[in-house]
Amino acid sequence: MTSLTWTAVCPLDAIPLEGGVAALVDGSAVAVFRTHDGAVFAIGNVDPFSGASVLSRGIVGNRGDAPVVSSPMYKQAFDLRTGQCLDDDSVRVPTYEVSVVDGVVHVGGAG
Amino acid sequence: MVTGKRQRIVVVGHGMVGHRFAQAAVERGLTETHDVLVVGEEPRAAYDRVALTSWFGHPDGAEGLSLLPGGEYDDPRVRLVLDSVVTEVDRDARTVTVVSPPSAAGDLLADPGAVTVHEYDVLVLATGAAPFVPPVEGRGKAGCFVYRTIEDLEAIRTASETATSGVVIGGGLLGLEAANALVQLGLDTHVVEMAPRLMPVQLDAAAGSTLVRHVERLGVKVHTGVVTEEILGDEQVTGVRLADREIETQVVVFSAGIRPRDALARECDLEVAPRGGVLVDEQCRTSDPHVFAIGECAAPGGTMYGLVAPGYAMAEVVVDALLDGPGTFTGADMSTKLKLLGVDVASFGDAFAATDGALELTYSDAVAGIYKKLVVSEDGTRLLGGILVGDASAYGVLRPMVSSGIALPDNPEQLILPASSGVQLGMPDEAQVCSCNDVTKADILHAVAEQGCEDVAAVKQCTRAGSTCGSCVATVKNIIEDHFASVGKVVDKGLCEHFRLTRQELFDVVAVHGYRRFDDIVEAHGTGRGCDICKPAIASILASQTSTHILEPATAELQDTNDKYLGNIQRNGTYSVVPRIPGGEITPEKLIVIGEVARDFGLYTKITGGQRIDLFGARMEQLPVIWKRLVDAGFESGHAYGKSLRTVKSCVGSTWCRYGVQDSVGLAIALELRYRGLRSPHKLKGGVSGCARECAEARGKDFGVIATEKGWNLYVGGNGGATPAHARLLAGDLDTATLVAYLDRFLMYYVRTADRLQRTSTWIDQLEGGLDRVREVVVEDSLGLGAELEAEMARHVGGYEDEWRATLEDPSKLERFVSFVNAPGTPDPTIAFTTERDQIQPIAPALIPVGAPA
Repeated sequence: MTSLTWTAVCPLDAIPLEGGVAALVDGSAVAVFRTHDGAVFAIGNVDPFSGASVLSRGIVGNRGDAPVVSSPMYKQAFDLRTGQCLDDDSVRVPTYEVSVVDGVVHVGGAG
Repeated sequence: MVTGKRQRIVVVGHGMVGHRFAQAAVERGLTETHDVLVVGEEPRAAYDRVALTSWFGHPDGAEGLSLLPGGEYDDPRVRLVLDSVVTEVDRDARTVTVVSPPSAAGDLLADPGAVTVHEYDVLVLATGAAPFVPPVEGRGKAGCFVYRTIEDLEAIRTASETATSGVVIGGGLLGLEAANALVQLGLDTHVVEMAPRLMPVQLDAAAGSTLVRHVERLGVKVHTGVVTEEILGDEQVTGVRLADREIETQVVVFSAGIRPRDALARECDLEVAPRGGVLVDEQCRTSDPHVFAIGECAAPGGTMYGLVAPGYAMAEVVVDALLDGPGTFTGADMSTKLKLLGVDVASFGDAFAATDGALELTYSDAVAGIYKKLVVSEDGTRLLGGILVGDASAYGVLRPMVSSGIALPDNPEQLILPASSGVQLGMPDEAQVCSCNDVTKADILHAVAEQGCEDVAAVKQCTRAGSTCGSCVATVKNIIEDHFASVGKVVDKGLCEHFRLTRQELFDVVAVHGYRRFDDIVEAHGTGRGCDICKPAIASILASQTSTHILEPATAELQDTNDKYLGNIQRNGTYSVVPRIPGGEITPEKLIVIGEVARDFGLYTKITGGQRIDLFGARMEQLPVIWKRLVDAGFESGHAYGKSLRTVKSCVGSTWCRYGVQDSVGLAIALELRYRGLRSPHKLKGGVSGCARECAEARGKDFGVIATEKGWNLYVGGNGGATPAHARLLAGDLDTATLVAYLDRFLMYYVRTADRLQRTSTWIDQLEGGLDRVREVVVEDSLGLGAELEAEMARHVGGYEDEWRATLEDPSKLERFVSFVNAPGTPDPTIAFTTERDQIQPIAPALIPVGAPA
């Protein structure tokens, strides 16, 4: 954790509730989401099924206990906490540390 | 059989049975080795004669009855020749002589029609039957008709225009159908039956008199036990003289039974049965092994069968025989269930208790007009047959009990008493549910359990059950529901894990409570935080009920991928842009603007199937600038991204086309502008053709309009795609105002009640009552919803705004259109293009390895 470099991404309220934005963190595209309870999550923006950098544009909701985003391309759901694809056990996207400081969202290097 | 050389089959007759033969030949692979030539005498391809009377419900509705709407088979090895008569069969040479009609324009002497001779290896006679006209004096007078073909009906309709009264001679099944037609034509209708009761073949005296009471309540006068002695009048019918009275009438319809059309067989010396019909064996082979006969012209074992189901069975048997299969036809279940003049009538098995020692159990309620009779075996253990009038709901359970011979319960009367619990009795798997297409309960269960069919529409498509006369649809539905209940599967019509409600229920809930936010809806009627299924569905419902921009904060995050960015996402994450080109009409100036925009932004350009232009490869952040150029030039969003109206395609119409009879382009533009932006359960497409040539392919659309000399015909429920469907006639010869009113109602009814992602064709199929139901609601306004539906559409039309322009005018809506929130100037590095045929093409982004480190 100590080696993490944090990138300030945007003000918290620039991320719509139950929506996402794409950010550039150390040259990687990261999707940053805000769930209904106000929690912020960051995962890789690239949809592993299409290769397109689009996950931030997906619909945010829940599947059971898991907060999820569904890919706008082929609709697979990804657990925002772990990056695990809930429709294919073998697929997972990277997750990133997030912290909100003074109303600004910061994303850490790949966690 | 000769191998290596293709065999030739000639089918004489293209009625329901001839059609079924051709269909089965294609489906079972017979056409892999055989060429099939079908020669039909009528000017149109096979149609549903069983539903003939419904033709009056929709004028110009011959297409609606068609069994082969395109007029040709998908398999090129089956050739259909219509309007042609087989005049001779030469069994030695194995040829048939076909006379085709003279060309419509030429005169008969100069052009007597083409005579062609065709060789056959196999000849199939499917010439059907002809109405029997009893030798009554005066039967040739003008105003006398039979009831068999669409042409007959057309003639009856024309005659009825100047008539006040009509008489049907014959009180059997068909006679009552004909009476129904005369009632619909507004005639004072009489039925004359020689036997002492109506439907003497199917009903006993008590059932017959119950039926008479029903029929008379509808204003039909019934004369039973009387002989028609003379048709009165000079050249034109003026009345009918019965033994004891005269009836004044201008229209007489003979419906006194049918006779096999076996003349062709007689002329070539094939054996015929004593009471008519080509004599055939159990494989439907005639006395000549190269010739088969099927349907009403055939007499297997000497008996002809005047129902469609045995005809279908014979068609299948012959296809089977030609494939060296074991199928045989050994007689048919002559059970009948139908709705005559709105009255349920059924007769099955040994309805007259002809079996030795058979006992009868009857229930009758004269007030309600219900009569039910069961015929049971002497020992009371087996059901032999029965008759039901006024309430035939038990038919689905009772008839299979006859054929399967399962044991009767101890109190068999429970089966026919009102509110009977006995109807819950299980039906054996081998019980035939659809007699028209010989589908058993086991077939239906197989379709449900093994082939993934979940509803009636799917089972229909898979098994054909319920697709002919439709009388078994309720039974099919029960079987499906019972099955799911028995395997413990809750037949869950709910949208997803967050909502137990169907889309229709959600639509109503939103309308009643006036909800505008997802949060309120999910709190009151659902659980959790939604998903990619319920959120877009609710977004669509809200958009249908309000005219609020879909990217307002309350609904922006509910929108599906494409709606969220007002463009169509492509495989590399770029978007395509489609400006509206109403009706496909565009000025050169505007065309140039599209070209300039495409050139300046380097977009791949392609003409769409909906008569517009698609510009591909726009990065998300480029969308607003592209829209601005287009909007400034007078374009607006084409909603290619939405589950909403896409285009209304048109042909060039009467303004230019020398065949056009109406201005199809003008109407298409008006309709496209009227319904643009309407959010619906699935995408919606329309088409308008300026004449019957149908160049706009309107019947491949959710709503299709085809010009007639008198106005417009409106077709609904068509689509292309994986499961193509031809639109069917909803109403004919409409003026433009009525057409628009019907369309308003139809579209709003669909938007209100369809399931999510359900196109109009499947929606219509799963509605109880199907297209008839739609017609009741839209045309007849039976629910009294018409004005409300039109008002909803008026609200939509009044509240329309261009989504692109509105987005450009609102900076807060533009915020989402950036590549990276913290680096708006950096384009997405995964997007790259190569060049192919002088245009860009996406390079597939390198797929990252799965299971990347967490």
